[in-house]
Amino acid sequence: MIYLDYNATTPLHPKVKEKIIDFLNDYGNPSSAHETGRKVKFMVEDARESVASFLNCRPDEIIFTASGSEANNTVIKSVGRCANSLCYSSAGKSHIISTVVEHPSVLNTLKCVENQNIDVTYVKVDAFGRVSASDVEKAIRPGVTSLISTMYANNEIGVIQPIEEISAIAQKYDIPFHTDAVQAIGKVPIDLKKLNVDYMSISGHKIYAPKGIGVLYKKKGTKALCPLINGGHQEFSFRAGTENTIGIVAIGEAFKQLKIEMDEEIIRIKKLRDKLEAGLFKTIPNIKLNGHPTERLPGTLNISFKNIEGESILLRLDLFGIAVSTGSACSSGSLEPSYVVSSLGVEPEIAHSSIRFSLGRENTEEEIDQTIEKVGEVVSFLRTMSPIK
Amino acid sequence: MDGVGWNYSDVVKEHFMRPKNILQVSEEEYKADGVGFVGSPACGDMMKIFIKVKEGRIIDLKWQTFGCASAIGSTSMLSEMVTRDGGMTLEEAIEITPEAIIKELGGLPANKIHCSVLGDKALRDAINDYYKKTGQTDKIPKTEAKIVCECLEVTDEDIRMEVLEGVKDFDTLQKRTKVGTSCGKCADNVKKILNDFVEQYYKCSIYTGEK
Repeated sequence: MIYLDYNATTPLHPKVKEKIIDFLNDYGNPSSAHETGRKVKFMVEDARESVASFLNCRPDEIIFTASGSEANNTVIKSVGRCANSLCYSSAGKSHIISTVVEHPSVLNTLKCVENQNIDVTYVKVDAFGRVSASDVEKAIRPGVTSLISTMYANNEIGVIQPIEEISAIAQKYDIPFHTDAVQAIGKVPIDLKKLNVDYMSISGHKIYAPKGIGVLYKKKGTKALCPLINGGHQEFSFRAGTENTIGIVAIGEAFKQLKIEMDEEIIRIKKLRDKLEAGLFKTIPNIKLNGHPTERLPGTLNISFKNIEGESILLRLDLFGIAVSTGSACSSGSLEPSYVVSSLGVEPEIAHSSIRFSLGRENTEEEIDQTIEKVGEVVSFLRTMSPIK
Repeated sequence: MDGVGWNYSDVVKEHFMRPKNILQVSEEEYKADGVGFVGSPACGDMMKIFIKVKEGRIIDLKWQTFGCASAIGSTSMLSEMVTRDGGMTLEEAIEITPEAIIKELGGLPANKIHCSVLGDKALRDAINDYYKKTGQTDKIPKTEAKIVCECLEVTDEDIRMEVLEGVKDFDTLQKRTKVGTSCGKCADNVKKILNDFVEQYYKCSIYTGEK
């Protein structure tokens, strides 16, 4: 199996797997005062420090959640919810600025709050999928805009947004700024001492930790968030419920490993991705890159193979043991092709023909060679069957 | 991008991996007696069928597609069903339903059935094309309905029936028929047709709920 779907999820890092196995007998509740509990509490706090150390922030700015989606929900649903919540607008009506290419866990949450006296502006992207910071600035309604939320990097096309510029604008107008960094973590250097963000969402399973664990970074000194889950005092009272201790310990280890491996891995993976990109463009005619040529995650490559349909490509590659994903409607269970690829202003057939290759730490050069060859075979076979020449 | 509905039967997989009766030569070289064509790449699938007819039977059928695994599998199966045992008569072939194809395939995931309906439509189109070319236009089945949404093959007749069942607004119509949910190019036309039917059947504003 050649796994080229790391933006969907990642396998466990071997060290993370080891850490989980070693931890399995530590059942203590971190809130308990006795030895059994204290031991686990110590490990949870160690994990928190490991996350904070990677991001260059304070440990008490790290809130563990069940997923990146939960982190996104927590921030967006705080807007205008109660008078003491940080995103509260005294104007009575609140306004959020986001973009058309956000992950569904942001877009659908925005749709949900739009029914609650909150206006949302969805800033469009250019033909490369990039948001312009000046478009974000133009959308600001002084005194009413309560939150700006733009993703750091896009999951489908890998485009990296001008986060520094957008965060500077947010700061200028004193508007809280949230970024969904689920796809960016471990692939782009992020230093929270330098980058001015108020909230940031992170997911464990994209960085070689298990599913079911996420992180919400909340800068010290910003006003409180409204918890999605009320209850005990866990996670500084922002997220009640006895901690997912296995997940927390695992994500702590994943961040430790990222710190060690990331710099080299970014270079290695980018080299593999560039090799794949160059190989496909060299051997297969009539294909199109979706996304930005340079402002892009090192491991992401989204290509439309014109005149053939994405799900057919995906399933034939799957039967050859190569795992990719597609923006075609047929793979989604709906009839609409990828809204991200469509937002680039291309014809719908480009989205129906799109395939995403996303690389990660277990990929090798041999795998990329094999992939170039197999994709070439599949595409040329499907093109012989296509009525469009 | 989820994996829902990818549990294809072995028959579908076989037809998808080794599709039968694909047109390998150019159209000019093949010299079809009838050509049928439905769908568009904008909608995510498109099908072209070529038939050769002898003494009222389809003796050969070739096809091409821009389509997903279900479309490929079901059309490949259709091509075998039509041409086996000396070929179906035109009358038999024009009656083939998606259900019959799906049955031979050993089923399709529910969310994939819409992908498989293009084959038989393209076949009917090819048969009608043959009738036209051979001056047998009287044999072309009279279809009252006109397709208004090419992607999802929704006809004006479908919209009329929905209106008769009480649908009066575009959003509800879209939820029920999925009309205009793929490429969306037909939306304005569909709204007009819908309004015309609503006007026709619910002239009194009490029924339309509009002020």
